[in-house]
Amino acid sequence: MSDEHLDEISGISTTGHEWDGIRELNNPLPRWWVITFYITIVWAIGYTIAYPAWPLLHSATKGVLGYSSRNEVRNELTAAEAAKGKYISAVESKSVSEIAADDGLREFAIAAGGAAFKVNCVQCHGSGAQGSKGFPNLNDDDWLWGGKAEQIQQTITHGIRFASDPDTRLSEMPAFGDIITADQIAQVSAYVASLSGKVQNAGLIEPGAKVFAENCVACHGANAKGNKELGAPDLTDAIWLYGSGEAAIAAQVRAPKQGVMPAWGARLGETKVKELAVYIHSLGGGE
Amino acid sequence: MPGLDLYSAPAIDLHQRASPRPAARLAHADSLGMGRLSPARVEMHVLDNTQVERLEAEAVNSAKVRQPMYAARKKIFPKRTTGSFRRFKWLVMAITLGIYYLIPWLRWDRGPFAPDQAVLLDLVNRRFYFFFIEIWPQEFYYVAGLLIMAGVGLFLITSTVGRAWCGYTCPQTVWVDLFLVVERAIEGDRNARMKLDAGPWTARKLALRVSKHAIWLVIGAATGGAWVFYFADAPTLIGELFTGTAAPVAYITVAVLTATTYTFGGLMREQVCTYMCPWPRIQAAMLDESSLTVTYNDWRGEPRSRHAKKVQAAGQSVGDCVDCNACVAVCPMGIDIRDGQQLECITCALCIDACDGVMDKLGRERGLISYATLSDYNANMMLATAGGSSSVNPSLVRTADGLFSDKVAHFHIRKIFRPRTYVYMGMWSLIGLGLLYSLLTRDRLEVNVLHDRNPQFVTLSDGSIRNGYTVKLLNMIPEPRTIVVTMQGLQGGEMSVVGDDVKAGRSFAIPVEPDRLKMLKVFVRQPADQIHGAAQTFTFRVEDKSSFEADEYTATFNAPETAR
Repeated sequence: MSDEHLDEISGISTTGHEWDGIRELNNPLPRWWVITFYITIVWAIGYTIAYPAWPLLHSATKGVLGYSSRNEVRNELTAAEAAKGKYISAVESKSVSEIAADDGLREFAIAAGGAAFKVNCVQCHGSGAQGSKGFPNLNDDDWLWGGKAEQIQQTITHGIRFASDPDTRLSEMPAFGDIITADQIAQVSAYVASLSGKVQNAGLIEPGAKVFAENCVACHGANAKGNKELGAPDLTDAIWLYGSGEAAIAAQVRAPKQGVMPAWGARLGETKVKELAVYIHSLGGGE
Repeated sequence: MPGLDLYSAPAIDLHQRASPRPAARLAHADSLGMGRLSPARVEMHVLDNTQVERLEAEAVNSAKVRQPMYAARKKIFPKRTTGSFRRFKWLVMAITLGIYYLIPWLRWDRGPFAPDQAVLLDLVNRRFYFFFIEIWPQEFYYVAGLLIMAGVGLFLITSTVGRAWCGYTCPQTVWVDLFLVVERAIEGDRNARMKLDAGPWTARKLALRVSKHAIWLVIGAATGGAWVFYFADAPTLIGELFTGTAAPVAYITVAVLTATTYTFGGLMREQVCTYMCPWPRIQAAMLDESSLTVTYNDWRGEPRSRHAKKVQAAGQSVGDCVDCNACVAVCPMGIDIRDGQQLECITCALCIDACDGVMDKLGRERGLISYATLSDYNANMMLATAGGSSSVNPSLVRTADGLFSDKVAHFHIRKIFRPRTYVYMGMWSLIGLGLLYSLLTRDRLEVNVLHDRNPQFVTLSDGSIRNGYTVKLLNMIPEPRTIVVTMQGLQGGEMSVVGDDVKAGRSFAIPVEPDRLKMLKVFVRQPADQIHGAAQTFTFRVEDKSSFEADEYTATFNAPETAR
């Protein structure tokens, strides 16, 4: 096997290895390559001493530098928390309108609130807060329970018709299907539709106004502009939570749907709720 | 070229049955009894070469004798030269090093809102300053344009004057030259250095070596140090560097560049060009027969002889080359230019200076080694070899009184101006003019608008439709400005700005910080009865009333398919 000899053609000695008559020339490696190779070996030894490397039974060597990727993450998180600290304490101590009035603080709250919104609110209100049928659009200027920053904060904290929160916003429109006749429902629906310029059965409007005055003004007001104290919607505007037009209005008069929003105060904490309120207030409809 | 090509001249070689290298091949001329001179010519051709020092020099880096990769490199000890090319190289070295070390210290007043360093790459703020030009990252195409110009410029230079970049201005060449100055000052010229290198380790050798490497390291540190000054305010940074308060990245950069400068300039030298650099390969491909290259004119140099008198006395022809090896001894690349054009040659022209000095001593014409084009060289070779039918016979290129014959081709500047040259010059100038035009007419006030996608539009309680836009105002001059934003088109539309108490309207003014981008959230609202279609276009126009600069952006306003 080990039979070194000089190759006749190239004049270079062979390694002595032979496979089926094929011999390997003993050409040394380039110097720079060998030097680099030795440097990597030295480097590797140093590396295994400096950093965690050798596996033991239950753990691994710690390395003299004491490096750990978990510590690195921990430090980065701590640093990030520390960087946010002054904003968070300011958010804690200030009211939502004060936060909204301060440029830097508002920017922080909008970013933080936007992130919280994406986690907690998009399921109902949509990722652009645009809502859908039965779930209010938070971009517009129509607010059932008020669009001031403090009112939004109150709504988020305690929810709407959320049974387990005693301070929840509460109102219930009766099911008028049991109270007034079907004809009256058709009449009042025609009247309400006409308030925002949607006239289908012009003949029903006048009797409908009478029905409205007798049954609806208590909550929606004589001018049908609604009442934010009671969460009673403005019936004269262009925004309809459960659909516009006589048929949709009639359905809502007969057997109203009552939306429920959970109370978030206990779950998210006051600071997060404030940030959410500032974010929603900034979407364009805030009062 | 018909007939004769330096690199593949089988016609001659086969005919003469001589070795393929021109120099070696032509040395056979003596034995073949070619070029017998008339007695009169012999008298004139007796060269007095007693004054010429003959040097023991070997082309250690030439491809044919180079050691295998695993063997230790043979050191090169370039001898000092004097002459016009050497003087030119000193000048180029002074200018290039001067530019490199001094540029960061030039000041340029840009007012109170921008740094006053003439050339500054402010990576933190993403601003790049070059004298009167300031570019933002999105204007980086100017740098791309300059790089394309550099590329085309390199084509132009290489196709005309050969590897001038390698020989004169390449940092590797300049720094090796600088390191050689130090080496010569400490250890002496070629012979002294060779003797020192071969000698045993004495206290003197140790002292010389330590001081040489120490000075090299100082130069390396100064090189790395100068580099970081391009990225921060130089006077501030130099103070921080020495008090230990500069950013770690500055120290790391200085350390890395010190190491590379020392290694490349002091230790690796010609190996960088021969093994590491792609340039020699690329540049060689750009040369043609009209490009100037450093050429050994064997049509007048061969047959070379160390004993011209004896050879001539024997009635044989003799060329101008006295084989003194001066050209080999001065070569920083360790090659013999007489072997012909080769990849290792950086065309630094120091062999021209060395050879011209020898020719002066001998009373011969300068230019045995010279800048020549391949076509001139080939023409002269045809002349000297009688059309390729014999080996080089110097008498064929000379008249009876020993002067060059009229048929010898000489270089003329016109020869390098050929269609290719004009094409490169044209391209280079066009790109340059394009960049200049673009620079002079560029906007320093810009507006970019991003339309909200989610939701695309919002219906408000009065039935009007609102769209949201993120409006970015770019004030690209280092002065604070008040920008007037106006909307054009979109009947009845009004703008309002989030977080700003400006009244809703069709125009508002807003202050923008110097050299900064201002981002605004703008809501545009259009009454229901004015809406025409699901997508209308309108224009945001931004103006600086004081400078009359303006920019526009055409945006889309979305509404539901059927307006309520």
